[in-house]
Amino acid sequence: MPPVTINEEETILGVRRIVKRIGATRADLIPVLQAVTNEFGFISQPAMEELSALMNLPTKEIHSVATFYRMLSTQPRGRHVIQFCESAPCHVVGGREVFATLKQALALEPGQTSPDNKWTLLTTSCLGVCGMGPVILIDTDMYGNVTPEQVKEILSRYE
Amino acid sequence: MKTVRSMILVSNDPESNARGSEKIFRAFQQQLREYGLMEEVSLSMVSDLGYSYASPFVLVYPEAVIYGPIKADDVPYIVEEHLYKGRIVEEKRAPAHELSGKVAWLSARKGTLPAQNRVVLKNVGIIDPESIDDYIANDGYQALGIALEKTPDEVISIIKNSGLQGRGGAGFPTGIKWGFVNKTYGDKKFVICNADESEPGTFKDRVVLEGDPHAILEAMSIAAYAVGADEGYIYIRGEYQLAIERVETAIKQAEEYGLLGENIFGSDFSFKIHVHVGAGAYICGEETALIESIEGKRGEPRSRPPYPTTNGLWGKPTLVNNVETLANIPAIIRNGADWYRALGTPSSPGTKVFTVLGNVNVTGLIEVPMGITLREVVSIYAKGMKSGSFKLAQTGGSSGSIIPASLQDTPMDFESYKRAGVSLGSGALLICNDEVCIVDLAKVLLNFFRVESCGKCTPCRIGTKRAYDILTGISQGEGTLEDLDELLSLNKEMLELSNCGLGQTAGTPLRDMLNYFRAEVEAHIRLGVCPTGVCPMSAS
Repeated sequence: MPPVTINEEETILGVRRIVKRIGATRADLIPVLQAVTNEFGFISQPAMEELSALMNLPTKEIHSVATFYRMLSTQPRGRHVIQFCESAPCHVVGGREVFATLKQALALEPGQTSPDNKWTLLTTSCLGVCGMGPVILIDTDMYGNVTPEQVKEILSRYE
Repeated sequence: MKTVRSMILVSNDPESNARGSEKIFRAFQQQLREYGLMEEVSLSMVSDLGYSYASPFVLVYPEAVIYGPIKADDVPYIVEEHLYKGRIVEEKRAPAHELSGKVAWLSARKGTLPAQNRVVLKNVGIIDPESIDDYIANDGYQALGIALEKTPDEVISIIKNSGLQGRGGAGFPTGIKWGFVNKTYGDKKFVICNADESEPGTFKDRVVLEGDPHAILEAMSIAAYAVGADEGYIYIRGEYQLAIERVETAIKQAEEYGLLGENIFGSDFSFKIHVHVGAGAYICGEETALIESIEGKRGEPRSRPPYPTTNGLWGKPTLVNNVETLANIPAIIRNGADWYRALGTPSSPGTKVFTVLGNVNVTGLIEVPMGITLREVVSIYAKGMKSGSFKLAQTGGSSGSIIPASLQDTPMDFESYKRAGVSLGSGALLICNDEVCIVDLAKVLLNFFRVESCGKCTPCRIGTKRAYDILTGISQGEGTLEDLDELLSLNKEMLELSNCGLGQTAGTPLRDMLNYFRAEVEAHIRLGVCPTGVCPMSAS
């Protein structure tokens, strides 16, 4: 996960580059928002305003799309984003216990970011690797068959 | 899963065990090793084969022969004759009249219970998914060639005759859908492959896309030719990174080989495929929400009718098919409708890919003929319960149901399940043991719908939230019997008033819970205890 950027000028240049590469039609909006999230970690207000001008769409329309999808974010996130699968297949094979341990280890509730900006804890719906539940996704690293005892060790792998 | 030629199941219920099944198992291990058959023949212990005078048994698939009662001394002869030379040992077969219950029933279905018969997953795990040459060497793109020599109407009638039904969960006849789009007049038409597989517990489409991406491109091309489309989209959920990469590679290769693009095989048929990567929303698996999403909007389902077959992507006639549905197409075109009809049951032809999950010994993906039963899946493929005993299975996703033990022997096909008042869903089988609390499970399922409801229509937005709150109350010991009536009426309201499938089926867990496990729910309310000890309940 890239560092949180609030440099307005850099954001605007980045957004222009992305729109030039992907396109400025309505159908390009979601791919553009995905690219902005990937590059800057979230879609900031200045980014949305610049997109509004480039793509000829009201800011509220962009905001409405950006807040609809789980993988797009309008809020800054921590350096590492932990997604815990809370769907039934993970739940019945021990997910409940793993999640309790995870929340305790991070001292976070779902949706929160730690004060040192290291972690953001999110819950997610099924990630499609249910054969090895419970599953935790940290950034792009997938951990399966997780037990409560492993949580601490897994977290210690991240700076 | 490894491909094997034969499968040996040794009964290991307490009775068989007392009569030496462990010894028999070891004798098989030793004999298979001696004949060098370890790679070709799988050997496992199964429980739950039922009481019988003929125990201990051995079941050998794909012939579904039952030998019993046998002793360890009989094993060398059975291995030599049956597994090495391929001859059934008649004198050791269990006499039919001595079989009782489930085993007799299994025996009656002899020959109809093959080891996995792969159509959808034929190439998965066997070919290199990043090599178009590998795919072509395995009959790839042959079906497209065959289809292009026929008229679109002929292609559609093959699919209609095959009886293929949509594998996304609704089970709508595929050929009829193709016919609708074909008959709609339009200067521009689209074919969309719905690969936004987000039903909890379902990952069959991911495996197909990762393991055999060209099959989907070929099927989409055949569909496009049949309905008269020249442009297509694969909508893949964003979490499936590897599948996205593999499909993009496959498209590039197919274009280089002239199997996608202008004038395919020198005909006047041209077809182009784009990949649209989802941004994380379960509701986009609903076809009109998916279309909205490709158009760059919030993924909120449209009101239907009009259906996508007439007013789809950018208002044009659009065919939307699920990955697994499409994966059947090339094989049907190559082998014909009759071949396909011979698989599965008369009302639900073909195979079905299931993901087997939960408290069982073996989790993963299986492809079996329609009409197999849950008991067979659990005892044969999942190799029995990991701990505890079978309590229920939850079939995948929003269109799924909670299947109690009493329906374990109901054939799993669209028709039989419908008659039993439950649904097959998207093919996930979440097997739960007796340590799972029904209230807790329903709470998790409703939480999923609450989170994933798009919020466009009120019955779903409010209904899922209200139901979740009530279940939470029950799990904390604050439930009342009136709550149960409210849950049922919420189910009814969501079913009748919601705009799309998500809301319409969100209440299914509530209905099934109260249908099959009412006593357990009432224990939470009347006695103030959670029988499985899962729910927090209050200390009072």
